Amino acid sequence: MEPPIGKTYPPVLYAVGREKVKEYARAVGETNPLHLDHEAARAAGYADVVAPPMFAVVYCSQAIMPAYFDPELEIDFARLVHGGQEFKWGPLVVAGDEITTTVSVKSVEHRAGNGFFTFESVSTNQDGHTVSVGTWTNIVRG
Amino acid sequence: MHFEAGQDLPELKVTPDRYVTVRYAGASGDFNPIHIDEEFAQQVGLPGRILHGLWTMAQVARAHTDAAGGPHTLKRLSVGFRGMGVLEEELTVTARVTKVDDDGTVHVSSEATQAGTAIVRRGDADLRL
Repeated sequence: MEPPIGKTYPPVLYAVGREKVKEYARAVGETNPLHLDHEAARAAGYADVVAPPMFAVVYCSQAIMPAYFDPELEIDFARLVHGGQEFKWGPLVVAGDEITTTVSVKSVEHRAGNGFFTFESVSTNQDGHTVSVGTWTNIVRG
Repeated sequence: MHFEAGQDLPELKVTPDRYVTVRYAGASGDFNPIHIDEEFAQQVGLPGRILHGLWTMAQVARAHTDAAGGPHTLKRLSVGFRGMGVLEEELTVTARVTKVDDDGTVHVSSEATQAGTAIVRRGDADLRL
């Protein structure tokens, strides 16, 4: 069966909450008050606490799951490892934003007994600006 | 803040405590048991619970945004994951400016190591100040 290159999964809406941003920022050891203190963020000109760039994994997580679990791709989870990750970022995400993420299958390759599954996520905010584009590279070890 | 090719960004050093993967699982929603269940991790051949690759990538991102003056500066970051990150072992992120474009884009190459072994490699970032 040919891999479904370009297949797109349903868009997922994520509402960014202030406490979630702070929880994430603390979990990754951020010390910049923009991520932890809404008054500091407002004083710097932002509407609310600013999500660290890598918060992209949080608002993308529900959108990427259907791709991993797509029976058409036949991914063996017991052998799945995260090979690489890229994000390109646009405007910063702040608490109160509503982010819509659409995931698609970018490439599927089998080399030397290993499977390489690459997905792309495109996330836009409520104003239609692209806040991040992610490239998710996963390897299923043979 | 001024960057030029060949310049090293300040190193970021952090020691993940034994519960960091539990907090990151809750914060990120990634509850893969290899990160939070010691017994499960050992059953699948790991030495114990291992760090989330994306937590380590967040440390690489933080090394860039701390050095460049905030989250707005990071426009792109690409990394490869290799090996596994372990708990209670100091992690070091090193990063070096490789090129500065005429439009001001700063290209940075980075990696994250634990006990001399790279667990994030081929880090490649674009910064805008």
